[in-house]
Amino acid sequence: MWLRVSALLLRYLYLYRRSPARVMGVVFWPVMDLLVWGFLTSYLKTVAVPGLFLYLIGAVIFWDVFYSSQQAITLSITEEIWSRNILNLFVAPIRVSELLLATCLVGILRAVASALVLASLAYPLYAFNLLSVGFALIPFLFALLLFGWAMGMFTMALILRFGQAAEALIWGIPFLIQPLSAVFYPVTVLPAWLRLVSRLLPSTHVFEGMRSALATGSVDAGTLLAAIGLNVLYLAAAAAFFGWMLVRVREKGYLSRLGME
Amino acid sequence: MTPSPVLEARELTKRFGEVTAVDSLSFEVLRGEIFGILGANGAGKTTTIQLLLGLTTPTSGEARVLGMDIRTERRRILQRVNFSSAYTALPANLTVRQNLRVFARLYGDRRAEEKIASLLALLEVSETADRVTGGLSSGQQTRVNLCKAFLNDPEVLFLDEPTASLDPDIAEKVRNVLRGIQRERRVTILYTSHNMGEIERMCDRVIFLAKGRIVVEGTPGEIVARAKGGSLEEVFVRIARGGELP
Repeated sequence: MWLRVSALLLRYLYLYRRSPARVMGVVFWPVMDLLVWGFLTSYLKTVAVPGLFLYLIGAVIFWDVFYSSQQAITLSITEEIWSRNILNLFVAPIRVSELLLATCLVGILRAVASALVLASLAYPLYAFNLLSVGFALIPFLFALLLFGWAMGMFTMALILRFGQAAEALIWGIPFLIQPLSAVFYPVTVLPAWLRLVSRLLPSTHVFEGMRSALATGSVDAGTLLAAIGLNVLYLAAAAAFFGWMLVRVREKGYLSRLGME
Repeated sequence: MTPSPVLEARELTKRFGEVTAVDSLSFEVLRGEIFGILGANGAGKTTTIQLLLGLTTPTSGEARVLGMDIRTERRRILQRVNFSSAYTALPANLTVRQNLRVFARLYGDRRAEEKIASLLALLEVSETADRVTGGLSSGQQTRVNLCKAFLNDPEVLFLDEPTASLDPDIAEKVRNVLRGIQRERRVTILYTSHNMGEIERMCDRVIFLAKGRIVVEGTPGEIVARAKGGSLEEVFVRIARGGELP
């Protein structure tokens, strides 16, 4: 099993090594986000609540962990469609679980790489030290990584079913989730009915927990448990959805269409 | 004793809504045979290959490869077979060696460098090893795809129009390589092509499909004889236009 997972991992690492555009995806866009939000919050610091600065920079870095994790999974499978390699993979003796595991590992590598770049830039630019916030944040980052996997699997299932028509979801789903997750503002800002929806997302509890940890220096176990618990549900649902969709795709003969699109 | 078939379709049927792509297809392919599936576009060739590889699930009937049911033993079967098509490609931005290394690992071979080198030499594309796959000519890409298809020493090889993008010289070389490997290792090959001259030279037996059903089967020579002369290409055209053989 590990040889096949390592084969897929190797394939995706080769891709990143040979493609400046993919490396830009890991570094360029997150850095641009950091610059825009960072300078905006530097300005806000002078005119508004000073603590806001810490929250917003933290939120940019945290959001990128979710985004990188989701993108790594969905782009991995989309690369196979774009390169007309998907049939070659599906006639190789790999389990679907091995494919998912390899793409999730790519998600970890991409999220870690991106977070390291952002954290190391945030310090000289904005005097924001992610490490000074402490290890209290690590469980929250892990929870975001898991949610990225779940959303990645869900998006990947839709791409297998609908092909290139569903590719807009790769970038669309994170931006659908972002306003509901209270990334840059507390959940109380949302209208009451939307707050209920928002609390069904693990990411909301992560960002609420992050703000609480930044303010107090300690982890609110309740928000962390809610995030992890919801993640377990989302991951199980996404895996089941992916499996069900793959059965449908095989019934409908969509794999060969994907291979030749 | 009758040898057991390596590939077996029994009443294999696939419907997509109202359309029946493959209709009660039954055939057997023996070890070491090169078996051609012919037919016009939309006749059911690709769907048949997909059913045999487990990429598509049948509506009814059974597909067995190496004596195993593709629905229940798919991974064990895929370990021992391989596939190459003119319509698939290896990732363009990896080098040829990187691509082949990845696929060797997927088939369980951790140290495949020697095998990769010998396959590239066999198909006369050694000079491409460290070039980016997307920068190769279509003929070179097709031969690199074939290298991928031989990485696991397959017992059964599914070749979907393997020479479609090759010039006549390279196509002839590829056919000779395929014939050589087939004789040497008794590989069973399921072959599709629209080049009837190639089919006559390569295939031991063929079936013609029309609307998902077998309309003619036999050796290329037998089929031409039944058509009372002419060529396999003329038989193809006649069947594609809805005609029948006597």
